[in-house]
Amino acid sequence: MRRCVSLLLLTLALTFRPAAAETAGIAVAANFASPARAIVAAFDGETRLSMGATGQLYLQISQGAPYDIFLAADQARPALALENDHAVRNSRFTYALGRLALFSRNSGMVEGPESLKSAKLRKLAIANPATAPYGAASIEVLRALGLEVTLKPKLVQGKNVAQAYQFAAIGAADMAFVAASLLADRQDGSRWHVPAAMHQPIAQDAVLLTRGEDNATAKAFLAFLKGPEALAIIRRYGYDAPIASPSD
Amino acid sequence: MDDIWQPIWLSIRLAAVTTVFLLVLGAPLAWWLARSRRRWKEAVAAIVAMPLVLPPTVLGFYLLLTLGPDGPFGFITGNGLAFTFEGLVIGSIIYSLPFVVQPIRNAFEAFGEKPLEAAATLGAGPWDRFWHVALPLARPGILTGAVLGFAHTIGEFGVVLMIGGDIPGETRVLSVAIYDYVETLQWRKAHLLAGGMVAFAFTVVLAVLMLNKRPTRQDAPS
Repeated sequence: MRRCVSLLLLTLALTFRPAAAETAGIAVAANFASPARAIVAAFDGETRLSMGATGQLYLQISQGAPYDIFLAADQARPALALENDHAVRNSRFTYALGRLALFSRNSGMVEGPESLKSAKLRKLAIANPATAPYGAASIEVLRALGLEVTLKPKLVQGKNVAQAYQFAAIGAADMAFVAASLLADRQDGSRWHVPAAMHQPIAQDAVLLTRGEDNATAKAFLAFLKGPEALAIIRRYGYDAPIASPSD
Repeated sequence: MDDIWQPIWLSIRLAAVTTVFLLVLGAPLAWWLARSRRRWKEAVAAIVAMPLVLPPTVLGFYLLLTLGPDGPFGFITGNGLAFTFEGLVIGSIIYSLPFVVQPIRNAFEAFGEKPLEAAATLGAGPWDRFWHVALPLARPGILTGAVLGFAHTIGEFGVVLMIGGDIPGETRVLSVAIYDYVETLQWRKAHLLAGGMVAFAFTVVLAVLMLNKRPTRQDAPS
């Protein structure tokens, strides 16, 4: 039986093939998937997009996942990838700054920060502040407005910012703190664009992974990501373009 | 539309390959579980049934570490089996094993000793008895097991999410594609796939119910 199983595994391993060379495998955080698709379409080179939650992607990278580039939703995981030798030294940079918006699917419901005091607000959705940068930023904004305590009983948490948005989009929550990027292609409802100064910047970092060290396509893509064409796409999708890149 | 068909086709391929392996491994295992008199066989049965209780994330997490480059199987491909179609096959076999072994074991146990004793009296060896007596008698159970194993693999999500890595054409199966579409707010595509899954699930469950209801030769009116 034992021999049977190892034989089986061996057959499996031999019959199937590893993929081709110079394609750049890009692991992208779910919140950036749409702009990433647009950027990849404008980029001249073979790429392959895989999406997921940042933490999940990091776990898979640490287990040898076939990605050359990591576009994370935060700065922590790319830094961790560098620390654990999964990424190439000095390759980390901020590619986008997330913007927060307060959204309701009803027009007139959200007019500004004062709408948070409205009696019509029964449930306010936010992303999990412990794991999602947008969730932590939402709490910061509530604190800055002095509403953290009064609104606590009304808060509902999504697993991530996309889920918080979905709660508001289907009407399960009256309002939600969402990524402005999620509202990029809808005009209906009402929204308040939270000033960037009200919370810590939501910086999203990119890093070249060790596996892509000699991959010319991957390097070209990272250069393209810093260029004016990509930055215009990033802005169009509701992010701020980074002003200066932090280096390691 | 291409990006909708790719995960469908991949899931069907994964489920088909997995089902073949499940039957080849599951039938003898079910036979042993049904016939053996060893005390610890129920411990083996419990191990086989464990995926019913464990969250797929537990299975996926340990499989990821096992199949990764540092795991015991890392030496086979150098880079490990995680994030490959083969890795998904291994994960799916473990995950769907109880759905195949249980109905087949029940079928083996249902027909009792008599047909086998009769075959032995007529000079049939153990292999002959298994192949020509037990397997044909257990056919409804084997069919049910195959259908359930196939369907359960089609619907697999948690394990693939952990060990797959969302690679188009390789590990982005149906359920993961639906998750991606929901996450990126492409609800129309999500509806197409999710609605299709609902119809598929209904068909499968109905098929299993009909399979189990079909009269066997013995109790059919003659």
